[in-house]
Amino acid sequence: MDILLAIAIMALGAVILGALLGFASIKFKVEGDPLVEKIEAILPQTQCGQCGFPGCKPYAEAIVNGEEINKCPPGGAEGVQRLADLLGREVKPLDAEEKPKQIAIIDENTCIGCTLCIQACPVDAIVGAAKQMHTIVAQQCTGCELCLPPCPVECIHMAVIPETIDNWKWKYPVIEIKAAA
Amino acid sequence: MLMNLFKFKGGVKPPSNKLQSNHLPIAQAPMPSRLVVPLHQSIGGTPRPIVQTGDHVLKGQMIGEADGWISAAVHAPTSGTVLEVAMHVRPHPSGLDSLCVVIEPDGKDEWIDRTPIDHRAVPPADVFHHLQQCGIVGLGGAGFPAHGKLTPSKGVPMDELIINGAECEPFITCDDLLMRERAEEVVRGIAVFRDLLQPKKVLIGIEDNKPEAVAAMRAAVDAQKEPFSVVAVPTLYPAGGAKQLIRVLTGKEVPGSMRSTADMGVQVFNVGTAYSAWRAIAHGEPLVSRILTITGNVQTPRNYEVLIGTPMDELLALAQPNPDTDGILMGGPMMGFMVPDPQVPVVKTTNCLIAHNDKLFPPKAPEMPCIRCGACARACPHELQPFEMYWFSRAKNFGKTQEYNIFDCIECGCCSYVCPSRIPLVQYFRFAKSEIWAREREKNASDQAKARFEFKQLREEREKAEKAEKLAKAAAAQAAKKAAEAAAAALTQADDTSGIPEATPEPSSATPAVDAEKSAKKATIEAAMARAKAQREAIQPKNTDNLTLEQQRAAAEIESRRVAAHLIEADPATASSPTSEKSE
Repeated sequence: MDILLAIAIMALGAVILGALLGFASIKFKVEGDPLVEKIEAILPQTQCGQCGFPGCKPYAEAIVNGEEINKCPPGGAEGVQRLADLLGREVKPLDAEEKPKQIAIIDENTCIGCTLCIQACPVDAIVGAAKQMHTIVAQQCTGCELCLPPCPVECIHMAVIPETIDNWKWKYPVIEIKAAA
Repeated sequence: MLMNLFKFKGGVKPPSNKLQSNHLPIAQAPMPSRLVVPLHQSIGGTPRPIVQTGDHVLKGQMIGEADGWISAAVHAPTSGTVLEVAMHVRPHPSGLDSLCVVIEPDGKDEWIDRTPIDHRAVPPADVFHHLQQCGIVGLGGAGFPAHGKLTPSKGVPMDELIINGAECEPFITCDDLLMRERAEEVVRGIAVFRDLLQPKKVLIGIEDNKPEAVAAMRAAVDAQKEPFSVVAVPTLYPAGGAKQLIRVLTGKEVPGSMRSTADMGVQVFNVGTAYSAWRAIAHGEPLVSRILTITGNVQTPRNYEVLIGTPMDELLALAQPNPDTDGILMGGPMMGFMVPDPQVPVVKTTNCLIAHNDKLFPPKAPEMPCIRCGACARACPHELQPFEMYWFSRAKNFGKTQEYNIFDCIECGCCSYVCPSRIPLVQYFRFAKSEIWAREREKNASDQAKARFEFKQLREEREKAEKAEKLAKAAAAQAAKKAAEAAAAALTQADDTSGIPEATPEPSSATPAVDAEKSAKKATIEAAMARAKAQREAIQPKNTDNLTLEQQRAAAEIESRRVAAHLIEADPATASSPTSEKSE
């Protein structure tokens, strides 16, 4: 008899807890995948597609589904490190060579005003109109290089952002190693 | 007059080394061979150049126009010709170039028309504008445009106006000499600030190692019957830091997060700022010169009144540097830096040039490991924990350095000064700060890129939808037209056959909207199919023309085999051909 009572009590408990959990899962449902957002916050948002995905968000989603974390060249080795820290995965060397930050520059004398680069730019950083010279808004350019292939006259080139007083950084203090006297 | 002074925690007492340069009066530096005036000399926006190569400028003529509210104009320090507007090295630890106006003096030193203003007669906004146009910035070191600090904080009454004459950094005596020789004008400048800010009290803080300056300022205050108190504060580095001086004179502790001390009802100005503000208001003179100390490894250390833009090597030569001088230190030994090139120009915030040699400033012995003695924390005037910040900066764990309030650090150098392991702590903090700023910039840029990318996607979607809608509308119009034609035809037919004309139009008028929609859809589908067909036809292989009979037969055979194997549907064209008949 006792054993039946015990089973009944446990069963009742299971039913109540199950109902509670079911209610909670509906009531406190998390919209979207918070992990995707966290990964996306680390990705550099250049939207360059160098990872093989059409933008940073699709790559973030792919990472959640098991894609490698070392496919983002603009993020660099540091980006890989931060993704590894977030996801608890192993740090891997970057799948491509790391480049310094660049921006695209249109040679305005050569530009024929075809608007192809404007359509290719993922962040609308190119201004111009059909048969009018185009130019790149340097502050908005992410250096994704997506405007290079469509240009029929190859008038776009990438330039490394020069160091100025505004973006200059103090260097890491270097400790000189001297031979013991 | 007795006043209760407060203390700030920490601080150090480095040898003051002020006696070398404070016994001689201020001398006028001779006109240099050329002047290189950097446009960006204050915190805030970079002034835009408004002169061109070849222009003749007069002394005090504006050459760079203030860009925005927190920015101050730049002026020609003497009359002469603009040689170029180009990139030149600026006195900055980076050694990078910035835009400068190079002027060749004509030797006449001819002033423009100077327009003094009466600050009591015009509204404060006009005074601020005048100070901005005259390029008056804080001469204590940071170079914050003075007019930006003269606006009282909303809702917080201004309790104290503090005038900083502490000059705590070793070697520097320019403020000391200014107060000794030009106390009257300094006090008049302070009165202008007082009129603008309306504080309850005005306190002039001077370190007690400058008794002559204290006496001169007291005499000037008494002579002008101003209710200012001149307070001698204990000599302790960095008593001249704004927050430290506030603490000593008022007991108020400014929280690190507070951006402006005006929110605490306190505002601090350097004595040199008060002097140059007075020159601007009473004489209409823009800031084109300043007093600076030339000292260190030189024969005759002294203070000079120097034109902004004078190359430093020409100035140093006035004080006869010893032959073993191997560089110029701008600012004091605690917070200054070695200038990247001896020819860099003097800027508004240059208060001291120290000729450097290894005897005066012996090279630091190599850095040793941190022994966790805590000396840096005891010396820190901001009550930070430099050792913690050092570990995290060194490990590039920047989030943690911010938790330890690295941005409250004023880089005074007390921690590096006391460190028994000779760790260059301030260098680590500067590194961490600039990395954090760079990350912030990158984060902002990526947020912006993301927003723009998302907007572009949204726009493309919208454009697609709009296009489809437009197409559908056009198709609907077409279909409606067709239906109307058909109806008209039916009507004429009905008219011809019998006498019930209402029968046909009624059902069509009952469901015209649905009909139109349906036919529109159908029309778009048909149009799309037609387009697809046209496309297919356009890419038909072109090698089937001019075939020989044999080739035609072979092709037909293959086609028939394909049809037999149900690989493709029987083409009506091939089906009607004789070969397909044969296969059937």
